[in-house]
Amino acid sequence: MSKIGLIIKREYLRRVSKKSFLLLTFLTPFLFAAMIFVPLWLSSIKGDETYKIAVIDSTGKYAPLFEDTENYHFIQADQSLDAYKKLPSDEIFAFLSITGDLLDNPEAATLYSKKQIPGELSRLVNQTLGKRLEDDKLATFNIPGLKEIIQESKIDFKIQTIKWGDDGSENQSSAMIASIIGGVFTMAIYFFIMIYGAMVMQGVMEEKTNRIVEIMISSVKPFDLMMGKIIGIGFVGLTQVFLWGIITGVLITGGTFFLGGNAEAELIQSGAMMNGTAMNMAAAQSPATEWVQILNTINFGEIGLLFILYFIGGYLLYSSVFAAIGSVVDNHEDTQQFMIPVTLLLVFGLYAGIYSMENPDGPLAFWCSMIPFTSPIVMMVRMPFDVPLWEKILSIALLYLSSIGLTWISGRIYRVGILMYGKKPSMKEIAKWFRYK
Amino acid sequence: MNFLETEDVVKQYSGHLALNKVSIQVPKGKIFGLLGPNGAGKTTLIRIINRITAPDSGFVRFNGHASCPEDIYHIGYLPEERGLYKKMKVGEQAIYLAQLKGLSYAEARKRLTHWFEKFDIMPWWNRKLEELSKGMQQKVQFIITVIHQPELLIFDEPFSGFDPVNADRLKQEILELKQAGHTIIFSTHNMSSVEEICDEIALINRSQVVLSGNVNEVRQRFKTNAYIIKVRKEDGSIEELQLRKEGSVSNSEWLTELASRYEIISFTEEIPSMNDIFINTVSGTNTSQP
Repeated sequence: MSKIGLIIKREYLRRVSKKSFLLLTFLTPFLFAAMIFVPLWLSSIKGDETYKIAVIDSTGKYAPLFEDTENYHFIQADQSLDAYKKLPSDEIFAFLSITGDLLDNPEAATLYSKKQIPGELSRLVNQTLGKRLEDDKLATFNIPGLKEIIQESKIDFKIQTIKWGDDGSENQSSAMIASIIGGVFTMAIYFFIMIYGAMVMQGVMEEKTNRIVEIMISSVKPFDLMMGKIIGIGFVGLTQVFLWGIITGVLITGGTFFLGGNAEAELIQSGAMMNGTAMNMAAAQSPATEWVQILNTINFGEIGLLFILYFIGGYLLYSSVFAAIGSVVDNHEDTQQFMIPVTLLLVFGLYAGIYSMENPDGPLAFWCSMIPFTSPIVMMVRMPFDVPLWEKILSIALLYLSSIGLTWISGRIYRVGILMYGKKPSMKEIAKWFRYK
Repeated sequence: MNFLETEDVVKQYSGHLALNKVSIQVPKGKIFGLLGPNGAGKTTLIRIINRITAPDSGFVRFNGHASCPEDIYHIGYLPEERGLYKKMKVGEQAIYLAQLKGLSYAEARKRLTHWFEKFDIMPWWNRKLEELSKGMQQKVQFIITVIHQPELLIFDEPFSGFDPVNADRLKQEILELKQAGHTIIFSTHNMSSVEEICDEIALINRSQVVLSGNVNEVRQRFKTNAYIIKVRKEDGSIEELQLRKEGSVSNSEWLTELASRYEIISFTEEIPSMNDIFINTVSGTNTSQP
């Protein structure tokens, strides 16, 4: 076996057989699935506690409107507000005081409680009173049948978006779903580069501080040692991506099946709220099959392939920088100075990616998906929106060329850095190492 | 025949000249002492021989040809600053490092078993390195250095960290390796061990070779005609005289003259120790080159 092969094998096996790797790999998808499904499940369970609400209505026309719900039980007040306030008991949760006609004076209604008033209760009160006020207001116009006219003129409009396939097929598409999918891949690539880049740096530092590096490079070229480590750890990352992909797929399918067909729609709906996109509520009532159809318009095979390509390119680019940093310093405190610019670049990429979601074909998205340091992250956002082929090819070519260039530069710094101990070198000194024979 | 030669090797590090035209000749099958104070440039020279770094100018000849990348398979290097993977199992680690030196898995395992048994560390095969005592770690390191039976062995301060019993054992191993035909470069500050095991030396000070040659010749070169003569005095007590012989007087003439005055018990020429030579040469060159 070649030497670089031996190094890759050791780096890979050592990390993959670690308990922490196995735990993280197999538990994270469960955590992730739990993060999605547990809130869904919890929201489907109603609280079994009922709260008593006393309505003190001096006008007498609003109090009968309140109907008991599962959680709230409305009662007619038999005391004044002040008397209730002095009452030590917590038997009654809140007090709704209405002191006048609300159409004339909208501020005449107030909700009091000794506790924080839940949003659900205020919404319930608002809805009940609002509906009545609307009717009252309409009545003041004295137009017969006005209510029915208004009811009929409320048109629920939702534009259909259709994506034309290359073969002439038509499919419903959704920018929102595409954004979510792009967002998930973006976060994944960001975290993988961050975590595995840092792992490369740790590994290099470990060899340097252990002083084994001198033995190693009396047997292998420093560049082979560095590349062996980068490639070995890269395979660990790919293994993890692969396993996570499979496990998450299985869990989502299983979870959807378990919660019934509607869960999928709910899932997407909650995703939309997280995404901050206003969404027509009617969509939630549409059958889950429609969503499945929309999901089918996204080319997961292509996105998956490009994800792997960008993951490898971005990882190579950043991990070679991390390897050079690890070789330059010999203790943890000193890493900060060199880490910050690299981390800033990555974070900038992430933010550029998030803003690109709104306008995936805009200039920010375009340029950031060409610049190698941000392209792996930003391109992932644009991926579901059908980026022109030439852009993809150019972006990947730029990424891989600069990865190779940067790996070469890092290799030259690395081979000197790993043998330098003591004082933390300045950037000027590092530039000098680069030119050493 | 010289197994290894360097010719006018120069190496410069940002503003600091680490090696200034260093030429050494290491004869085949001998133990060559590479001596010098801290920071003289020994480690840099060793790294150049190991092809870890390249010289700015100058030439390294290995076994008759210009040093090339394949030569590292024929070098075993024990660095002064030692380290292994702390969290890795000892046996696994030794096999890995031996494979990197070009051995097959099976061959590495066979040879390592032999050495581990020889050094009584077989029970530690499946333990993590960090569980071993420092002395045991040093043994593992020594085994890894010699496992691929390299023609050239470089030991940088091999005895540091060993107790006297194990240090002596290691010395015997080094002498055995010499008997088996290996050429050995031995870098140390311990001058008594140089006298015991080295055939040739080169002393590097301030980036230059200031002294080199056969150990005995070098010591002869530094003798100062000082003698220790034990005599019995008239009252029967024994006295030790330290005398310096004048100019061209022969030993016989001088002894005859002395014998007429004293009853001589023993007569020894005082040959300077490597330690004295080291200190004199280093402080001498340091003052002459301010």
